Amino acid sequence: MGGRDATMVLLDENGVRCDGRKVDETRRIMIKAGGLKNADGSAYIEFGDNKILVGVFGPRDVHPKHMSNTDTGILRVRYHMEPFSVGERKNPAPSRREIEISKVIKEALEPAVMLEKFPRTAVDVFIEVLQADGGTRCAALSAASVALADAGIPMRDMVAAVAAGKVADTVILDVNNEEDQAGQADMPIGYMPNLEKITLLQLDGVLTPEEYKKCVDVGVKGCKIVYDLQKKALNDKYFGNGGD
Amino acid sequence: MDNRRKYVIPGDLVTTGPFRPEQNVVLEGDKIISTTIGISEIYDDSVRVIPLTGKYIPKINDLVIGKVISHTSLSWELDINSCYVGFLPAQDVFGRDFSAHADELSSKLKSGDLVAARIANFDRTRDPLVTISDRDLGKIDSGDLVKISPSKVPRLIGKRGSMIQMIEMATNAAVTIGQNGWVVVSCETPEGLLKAKKAIEMINEKAHVANLTDQVKEMLEIKEDES
Repeated sequence: MGGRDATMVLLDENGVRCDGRKVDETRRIMIKAGGLKNADGSAYIEFGDNKILVGVFGPRDVHPKHMSNTDTGILRVRYHMEPFSVGERKNPAPSRREIEISKVIKEALEPAVMLEKFPRTAVDVFIEVLQADGGTRCAALSAASVALADAGIPMRDMVAAVAAGKVADTVILDVNNEEDQAGQADMPIGYMPNLEKITLLQLDGVLTPEEYKKCVDVGVKGCKIVYDLQKKALNDKYFGNGGD
Repeated sequence: MDNRRKYVIPGDLVTTGPFRPEQNVVLEGDKIISTTIGISEIYDDSVRVIPLTGKYIPKINDLVIGKVISHTSLSWELDINSCYVGFLPAQDVFGRDFSAHADELSSKLKSGDLVAARIANFDRTRDPLVTISDRDLGKIDSGDLVKISPSKVPRLIGKRGSMIQMIEMATNAAVTIGQNGWVVVSCETPEGLLKAKKAIEMINEKAHVANLTDQVKEMLEIKEDES
């Protein structure tokens, strides 16, 4: 984003990052389940300055018909950034990057969603990024998982996601936009906390084998923090945590 | 009983041990894991989760309310509020001697008609087969359709039908509940109809409240005093 200090220190000598966080601290995360009346399930996430809305439909009829599969249901994901989600207006047409992220999120959700229970149907996930600040794919994946649970689609586990990375030769948790632009590595991780399985792992940058292992460990720890918040969001909606 | 029932979300461990996994749970190793948001129940030998959200999935022998979408020369298609359409063959209505040339399907059921039907057969390879050849089944001529969430149908029925009986007694209405979340209410008096509909909608909105029966009772009684 324009106007930010070019000589910004990503990590100072006290181990404090450019936005005041510690190395193993996530940004402020708020997840809310539900909220959209016309969708079968929905979720809203604020992940630092990221604001993402997710709507889920299904299981429902597949159109066009030839896409349907007689053995299993299909999952369709659309990740889309609003024109106003970034500093300079983004063309609303799906870009190469958005198509890739849609595919990546779809494949990260597929191990969790029990599509084989609904042959010949489709589950549609619509992700709208209202405001982006680095790490949208992880935030979107976490929100999509809450929205799928809200829609009552059978899942083996929730999928929680957060990015780990490297700036100033130090492994950090939850990479923000500045750290992504100027940092040395960015590793988004999607994780099923109960089954202890990783469903998404990408890496942009260079890491030594030791750093790589540390990044995965830090990321998985972060995913568990996100999972607790996903759990809280669903509990708040369905069981009214002590209220009602 | 308290430690046997708990609130779960997908991925939550319900229990471990030699139990038979039933609805909405999967066995992963020796762990029984919930696959949906709901309330887990552990019985002597089995475990299940009562869902709090989700679409209607047809089950054999379920009573459903369907709406006729269209027909071919051999069958009708019913909207049963599910991801699959209900398939009602013409033989079911016309009998064995049905002939595609002589009988006109629209003479019995037109599109838009409401039908009380039973799921006769359903497996994952084909759309659910429904039948209306049984007592209390067939075309519904009168009454208002109320749509509720299919996951709240058990709440509307209540324990051994207590909730629905209470509504029927208080309002003199006849209520047909489809497992798919569609409910037909018919009543001779418009007040009773209105009151029954209001009670059903209230259950739909407040299904998670603990003392719902009392609240519904209160609402039904207050209205009586006014009229």
